[in-house]
Amino acid sequence: MFETITLIFLGLISVAAAIFAIYTKRVVSAVIASGVISLSASIMFLLAAAPDVAMTEATIGAGLTTVIFLYALKHIRASREGKDD
Amino acid sequence: MIKYLLVFAAILGMGWILWQLGVEFQTAQELNPLASEYVRGSTSDLNMPNAVTAVVVSYRGLDTLGEVTVLFLATAGIGFLLKRKKRSAGLEIDDADGAANVPVCDESALAGLEFDATGTTDPQNNLSNSLSSLSNSVVKNETLSSSAVKTRTEGSEILKTGSNLLVPMIVVLGIYIFTHGHLSPGGGFQGGVVIASGILMLIMAEVRFHLSHLLLHISESLSGLAYVAMGLAGLILLGVHHFLDPRYLLAGKFLALFSAGAVPVIYSLIGIKVGSELASVLASIQHEGEDL
Amino acid sequence: MILLITGMLLILAGIWAILVKKDIIRMIIGFTVVDTGVHLLIVAIGYVKGGTAPIIDRAVSTADASFAGLQAISKVVDPVPSALVLTAIVIGLAVTGLMLAYAVRLNKATGSTNIDDHEEQKW
Repeated sequence: MFETITLIFLGLISVAAAIFAIYTKRVVSAVIASGVISLSASIMFLLAAAPDVAMTEATIGAGLTTVIFLYALKHIRASREGKDD
Repeated sequence: MIKYLLVFAAILGMGWILWQLGVEFQTAQELNPLASEYVRGSTSDLNMPNAVTAVVVSYRGLDTLGEVTVLFLATAGIGFLLKRKKRSAGLEIDDADGAANVPVCDESALAGLEFDATGTTDPQNNLSNSLSSLSNSVVKNETLSSSAVKTRTEGSEILKTGSNLLVPMIVVLGIYIFTHGHLSPGGGFQGGVVIASGILMLIMAEVRFHLSHLLLHISESLSGLAYVAMGLAGLILLGVHHFLDPRYLLAGKFLALFSAGAVPVIYSLIGIKVGSELASVLASIQHEGEDL
Repeated sequence: MILLITGMLLILAGIWAILVKKDIIRMIIGFTVVDTGVHLLIVAIGYVKGGTAPIIDRAVSTADASFAGLQAISKVVDPVPSALVLTAIVIGLAVTGLMLAYAVRLNKATGSTNIDDHEEQKW
């Protein structure tokens, strides 16, 4: 019973974050929203009795993917600043 | 407008396909025969509590070999695309930019050098100096026109102190996760990612920390080679149908650290390989465009 | 069941993002969302009602280790979809990193990440 409520809540957070990531104006907010999707998916994996998958999704999805996105955005912004002299 | 209608039709089509998958779906009441065979084999044959590790390393070992290959290819591709400029005096070969680096004689470069040449006493030396600097500026057109020199920014005080405290603990946690992959949830991939994030913290905090790319390449290549060699050892020692069969080392006691044959060794090699690969990807992304 | 519906909604939202948006970074975020949705779908198929994690030590069954497998069969979740999703998550990370490296290079060559500015490759 309690588990079902938690799963429904996490599912609603995931779908709301996906819609937010599509329609927001700033790209950094969209990247952070995709990190939130990965984190709630990781908790849903844990509640579905798959702890290996939960650990992998939490480190890779909510960790390294967000960091690589932010580095790429930094390089894109820096090379645009360099051309606007 | 037409485009939005077509996209909406595509989404409806995909939704109909997914609906066909989901409308007859019932949660399974018991395990299917293949999974029960794997679960039974992982405790009685392979002497390992973690059934997912048994499936990843032994029963579906070829999938793991393919995954390691795909990671290697992606790392090589990223390392090829994101280059660091070498500080060289001659022609700079940065050919991925295409037309942006064609040597063009700037009017401004010529005008500035002409005014410089009239102000000094030695015309011959100054003419040769100005000619060499003109040739350098023609060739390195891009580096002179970019205004900011890309230096590495120093990390803040909190980051440096925190990294001094946390990085050893993070590396020990990563090593613990991949050596105990057969006893508890975890394994090579999770431990490798944790180690790579520890190295990322070290790169961000210390400006003068020179990460040796050669060391990362050597450790990644050697561990990948050792992983394939252990698979071939199973083929040689146990017979023709036993590629990546981990039963040629001691089975040991149940729930001990050195048990379940060659599985701890295989998972440790995978952990080292994934950790050094992701650390080299992160290092090449962060240091892109800087001078060596 | 809830994982199944959430996975399907994430797949549809991600495909919408790939087809409608014009910025390359948003398309790559859409790919990441589709990946997460597919992983949720696969793990949802492997769930057994009332099952627990597939780690068979003495906490799951009270018998000897050689009998632990036989008694745990009715109470343990399917391990094969977990193993497949483990592989798929790492490969998704590798492909995302490669796509972002291409996006950075494309921006350095032409100065924008909008796909409307790259019309010379349209047929």
